[in-house]
Amino acid sequence: MRSDLWRRISLPSTPAGVRPELGRRSFLGLGAALTGSLAFGARPGNAESAPASLPSDPPWSQSIGAGVVDRPYGRPADTEAGVIRRNVPWLTAGTESSVSFSPLQDLHGIITPNGLFFERHHAGRPDVDPDQHRLMIHGLVERPLILTMKDIVRFPQVSRIHFIECPANGGMEWRAAQLNSLQFTHGMIGCAEWTGVRLSTLLDEVGIKREAKWVMVEGADGAHMNRSLPLDKCLDDCLVVYAQNGEALRPEQGYPLRLVVPGWEGNVNIKWLRRIKLGDRPWFSREETSKYTDLMPDGTARGFTFLIDAKSVITFPCPEKPLDRPGLYEIRGLAWSGSGKIKRVDVSVDGGVNWQSARLHEPVLSKALTKFTLPWRWEGGPSLLESRAIDETGYVQPTIEDLRKQRGTNSVYHNNAIQTWQVKPDGSVFDVQLA
Amino acid sequence: MFSSRRFGFGLGLALVAGIMTATAAAADEPGHYGYGTTATPAQMAGWDIDVRGDDGFGLPPGKGSVERGAEVFADQCAACHGTFGEGEGRYPKLAGGTGTLRDDRPEPTVGSYWPFASTLFDYINRAMPFPAPHSLSADDVYALTAYILNLNDVVASDFVADRVSLPKVKMPNRENFTWTDPRPDTNAKPCMSACVNPADVKITSTAEGRNLTPHTTGPLDTMQSQ
Repeated sequence: MRSDLWRRISLPSTPAGVRPELGRRSFLGLGAALTGSLAFGARPGNAESAPASLPSDPPWSQSIGAGVVDRPYGRPADTEAGVIRRNVPWLTAGTESSVSFSPLQDLHGIITPNGLFFERHHAGRPDVDPDQHRLMIHGLVERPLILTMKDIVRFPQVSRIHFIECPANGGMEWRAAQLNSLQFTHGMIGCAEWTGVRLSTLLDEVGIKREAKWVMVEGADGAHMNRSLPLDKCLDDCLVVYAQNGEALRPEQGYPLRLVVPGWEGNVNIKWLRRIKLGDRPWFSREETSKYTDLMPDGTARGFTFLIDAKSVITFPCPEKPLDRPGLYEIRGLAWSGSGKIKRVDVSVDGGVNWQSARLHEPVLSKALTKFTLPWRWEGGPSLLESRAIDETGYVQPTIEDLRKQRGTNSVYHNNAIQTWQVKPDGSVFDVQLA
Repeated sequence: MFSSRRFGFGLGLALVAGIMTATAAAADEPGHYGYGTTATPAQMAGWDIDVRGDDGFGLPPGKGSVERGAEVFADQCAACHGTFGEGEGRYPKLAGGTGTLRDDRPEPTVGSYWPFASTLFDYINRAMPFPAPHSLSADDVYALTAYILNLNDVVASDFVADRVSLPKVKMPNRENFTWTDPRPDTNAKPCMSACVNPADVKITSTAEGRNLTPHTTGPLDTMQSQ
């Protein structure tokens, strides 16, 4: 009864999207006079509007909520329904060999929720039966092996937090600023806690023959997606994982088994991993010759450019999250490097003339997303926001101009340039590039 | 509580000792966990499809002509790639583009870009036809490989692809790849103040008004209206 009354009074009084021109102070002043306070009629859940229901209760405070297994798995609040992976329809011929982008503008930590981790499929998402799935390890080994999922889970378990980034992240921005969106300029990245077994443990188990130098990894998807990796990297820090952020891998991320190659380009982190073969030379597969090679202005191309160089981006403000009004803000962002830990992130609000070092938030992990923040008083004028990552090797994130000088505009992959966000006096934010 | 911890510690020591013994054994011989089963030659053959690009190692028996390839291509490939490999819609163009790699809009195709002919067999065999991957016979994959190479004027129309002939095909762009990563290729310095002249800070491009960006709120944007 009372909740019906609340709806009748509060909802029709303010059209959606109209924000009362009342600051917090004026609300407090008026509140004493307007005892019911429903006169404001603000939308529920909008923190910027005066909370009209005070001191009366909104309906969820006057009723019993859904029971414990109403949603046995769980899902985000209905009002978060727009926080989803999105694609760029004009980018690819279809969705099966394509990519989706993670909504970085709505994420707040260094861990990407499993349902929002970007997708890159080469032949769609297979739905693999884990009981039938096998991992075969053969080639230049002493004892070729076939493992079931049950076998793999028995091996000593390790968990590591690492990012995975598609090297084409930012690939549409080589020539010019094109996409007015953090999600679409930087969303081909995610970071998760991966759990599985060290690849070195599995390779020790089969016994590596002395002449082995390279490792071919192959998926069980329709593309039978395969890449070659140097044996040294496989023995260093690669993981064969079955879990992501504590639960089984999602089908989009390679269920039931994928490879994680920390700090190296996304496509070598083979999903639906079914075969590992050791050899003395690389395989020169299509995905490491025709694709994932970087075309230079002189017509030559670079192959086996595995490493993700240091990169960062400001995630607030951004085109999707403009500024509201002048005042104190916290510039927020993410930085990462395939070479190790982030050592420092600098932020400029004037297009790179002057820089200040941002605060890095713990944990600062090797080959993982690292969060940074910097307080900023925005006076309401035009501004050009940039962030610049420096990793523990001393490598400094370059400008797009620096990169173009070396690589031209047709290399597609490995654009780790400094991103510039233009803030206009009305608080709106745009993707721009500078000279 | 305390006693159970002590018990756990004692047990842990015993376990560590056991593992160390096992590890010591493993240094000499593989398989010390003993999980899984040894892969038999027959089992390995079922999945052992990889063909090495630069020397064709792993190519199976079989053969296929350009002429036969044209037939298979029309049936299996032309709907997406076009009758002559020109590409339909946004599907990949397979032929042409020779001499365009230094252009403003390069066209990397099998003929203009791919360094190794045997890679073509491997890729068609493992990933094509797109709706039914790995469904063609080795003969048909050889034939398609021959046809696509012929479309690119890399082989003559009487070419027959097999495990001997294919690795001998020299691709026109083969020498233009470097296989060691030259990065870091930039050397930025982390200047902190007055790094550039403020008058030189100019916006050279903006995404504003380009109409290329899907919506990032509400339901998925299909951009059908554009």
